[in-house]
Amino acid sequence: MIELSVNGQPRKFDGDEDVPLLWYLRDELDLTGTKFGCGMGLCGACTVHLNGEAVRSCVTPIKAAAAKRVTTIEGLSATGTHPCQAAWEKHNVAQCGYCQSGQIMQAAALLAKTPKPTDAQIDNAMDGNICRCGTYTRIRAAIHTAAGVK
Amino acid sequence: MKNAYGTSFPAPENRSEIARLTRDAYAHHPAAYAEVEAAPEVFKVDRREFLGAIFTASAFVLGANLATGSATAATTWQPSVYLGFEPDGTVVITAHRSEMGTGSRTSLPLVVADELDVDWKTVRVEQAIGDTKFGSQNTDGSCSVRDFVAAMHQTGATARLMLERAAAQKWGVPASEVALRMGKLTHAASKRSAAIGEFVVAAAALPVPAKTELRFKDPGEYRYIGKDVAIVDQHNIVTGKAVYGMDVKRPGMLYAAIERPPVYDSKIKTVNDSEALQVKGVQKTVQLPPFKQPHLFQQLGGVAVLADSTYAALQGRKKLKVDWDANPAHSSFNSAAYKQELFASVHNSGKPVRNRGNFDTAFNTAAKKLEADYYVPMLAHASMEPPVAVAEFKGGKVEAWCPTQDPQAVQQAVAAALGITANDVTANVTLLGGGFGRKSKPDYVVEAALLSKASGKPVKVVWTREDDIRFDYFHSVAAMHMKGGMDSSGKLESWLFRSAFPPIASTFAAGAEYGADFETGMALNEILFDVAHMRAENCPARNHVRQGWLRAVCHLFHAFAIHSFVDELAHLNNSNYVDYFLKTIGPDRQVDLTKDGVTPWNNGQPTATFPLDTGRLRRVLEQCAQKSGYAKFANTKNRAIGIAAHRSFLSYVASAVEIAIDSEGNLTIPNVWTVADVGQIVMPDRVRAQFEGAAVFGASLALMGEITADNGRIVQSNFNNYPVARLKQAPQKIDVTIVASNAPHAGVGEPGAPVIAPALTAAIFNATGKRIRELPIRQTKLV
Repeated sequence: MIELSVNGQPRKFDGDEDVPLLWYLRDELDLTGTKFGCGMGLCGACTVHLNGEAVRSCVTPIKAAAAKRVTTIEGLSATGTHPCQAAWEKHNVAQCGYCQSGQIMQAAALLAKTPKPTDAQIDNAMDGNICRCGTYTRIRAAIHTAAGVK
Repeated sequence: MKNAYGTSFPAPENRSEIARLTRDAYAHHPAAYAEVEAAPEVFKVDRREFLGAIFTASAFVLGANLATGSATAATTWQPSVYLGFEPDGTVVITAHRSEMGTGSRTSLPLVVADELDVDWKTVRVEQAIGDTKFGSQNTDGSCSVRDFVAAMHQTGATARLMLERAAAQKWGVPASEVALRMGKLTHAASKRSAAIGEFVVAAAALPVPAKTELRFKDPGEYRYIGKDVAIVDQHNIVTGKAVYGMDVKRPGMLYAAIERPPVYDSKIKTVNDSEALQVKGVQKTVQLPPFKQPHLFQQLGGVAVLADSTYAALQGRKKLKVDWDANPAHSSFNSAAYKQELFASVHNSGKPVRNRGNFDTAFNTAAKKLEADYYVPMLAHASMEPPVAVAEFKGGKVEAWCPTQDPQAVQQAVAAALGITANDVTANVTLLGGGFGRKSKPDYVVEAALLSKASGKPVKVVWTREDDIRFDYFHSVAAMHMKGGMDSSGKLESWLFRSAFPPIASTFAAGAEYGADFETGMALNEILFDVAHMRAENCPARNHVRQGWLRAVCHLFHAFAIHSFVDELAHLNNSNYVDYFLKTIGPDRQVDLTKDGVTPWNNGQPTATFPLDTGRLRRVLEQCAQKSGYAKFANTKNRAIGIAAHRSFLSYVASAVEIAIDSEGNLTIPNVWTVADVGQIVMPDRVRAQFEGAAVFGASLALMGEITADNGRIVQSNFNNYPVARLKQAPQKIDVTIVASNAPHAGVGEPGAPVIAPALTAAIFNATGKRIRELPIRQTKLV
């Protein structure tokens, strides 16, 4: 039996402990904002926070989340107004939008540690998140806005 | 008979056999062919009675449902299939095209709201199911706005006039004195006003005005068109609430993962599923039948593992043991050898697709000559959301939920596979996590429908990234051969352009080796050069995978070859691309391809409406050169610029690409400048966004895009070996200028991509002196 917290709610799981956190969130909890993109931790679409750190939930077995806090895009902000979410809206970042939950979760984790990141810090933090629509320039701009820099 | 790009195919050779195959295909899949012009036809055919043409018989019946498939969308008045009013005046606008990131789910409804003149904030946008009454829903070919903007204006103007007349009748005033503004009807003289909800019932009872009675807004009256509004899904996207195909769940649903034939068009020899069935959560396995040529949008066949969770299905599939009877026609497909076959093909004469003057004579006597070969490898779409679909078979009917670019093709393909009619298939369209052409081929929905029928339960088929990359409808690999003959001043006087690529036509007519007219029309025979002697030839190539269109399609490789060659010619003559290109396209004029024996494909549009205009091409190039500082750019071994201009999808685009190369040969792209003339536009920010994205897409394929086959099996499988551009590799700044234009709306989603590769490799040449004629760039050491 694994006990964990998901978006502030206590949860218990007694299935296969190797199940990736991604599929637990999506198939069991219906938290579908966390996306499946590659299954190998290569694209970042499945990024969630584990005790505040950005992790790829597609390669994180649920046992690694035992006794930890998981935050998904649905739990990032009660009202959908986290500075990243607001900045993403201001810059009209999303095109298809599929990767953007992961992008926002990655950016939020960056800002939690580095409140005023430089371009280089943004590039390093965000390089694991693929956007096939090519919204990268707006992602960078939105992170600066969320940081209150521009 | 039309394909997704609004043109007939296949190519004229082998006419009788291909005609038969195509006819058979068409019988099963008319939606695959009869696309782009379908909706405008509605208006063309019945222009006199616009509403009569697009309305269902019950359109004016109180309580009629808006045809969106949504049970909650009860409306009292449906003046068009694209528009409905609820009794309280709520405006419901139907998005009948698919949203994969271009913004058309917002922009087309926005046009209705603007022309109708209601507050956009009060509008609810509903996604249409697949239904021929909407006209073409195949969201492909950069034509959503182009083909439907007039219909949206007409829809809005019709409803506005009917509401104004209803109010005038009740108030006893002339209708010409009643105005609808921002959802409010006003009669200024008597100071009366009311919300539209008060007149919905009365308006529904009025006769429908003819188009000649309608008043369309002057552009100066637009509230939304030409301004920036947020896409309707934006908040849901940033909060994780937006629903993609991957997010659909039905009660009692099973999850399926499918093992497909690793070599194209191969059959199962043996299956051992005993270990798979041992995996916890796995319910059963199902064999899917092989397809019959031509492939069309059929599923590939294979073995499916059905389970009670995605994870269990994936685990079970890993335990499957399938032995395949590899098709010998394709199991020898090796990319290195195939590349040589393609070059051999273009080093021989092909089928002439354009001829002007006498190339051979002129080239033989040319003062200066240049020959070059170019190569662009096979590519996969790799949209962020892999193919996925949910289907439920019940009582002889199917309901599907899917991220599709073409819900009518879903109906057709599912119906053909299950032996039911298209009307028995309900295709619900979710948001698409990217499409790029892949999701207009609904093979994955067919899989889900077959598995639901076999299991008696709703089934969700999830493609892994590996499935997506290995079993794509691949963008064709292409080899191109160029010969240019110049006079002593360096002016290009004779030009030969040969291209060989396994054509998309082969997906629709098995064994087709020549491109359909939409493929050759994508720049092989539609280049606007003012050269006295030129010939374009399409050389044969045999397909070994299923081929499909990818964003910008044949323009991707043809533009790379054409503009690289122009850049080479320019350097040979101590000129630069801009000067040489402008000289080569000649004076401002409208090019008449018929003089060269070409019936212009022109994206399926008449040249009278969309001429091939060298003036527009010149202007975007000049403006891009000026904005980027191309002429005076100080190229060094560490920093350089390249540029290219191209007409595609009826739009004119120039991009300049600035590169930086460090001492170890690592390349970055500090800047891209794009200038685009796409005619009139609806949402400037989304147009800019498409060109930003196209710059990244173009850079990605140029830098690193390559799919290869080894003994018929696709080598690449995920983003580790099929990389796509990441933040650091993508252009760091993208400056997009949209030229103000009164020309008809042209393409936006695709035309930004073709110019990037040739501009990028030209920049590399300017920095390093290395001429890259074969993509991807990453295989060349830059330092």
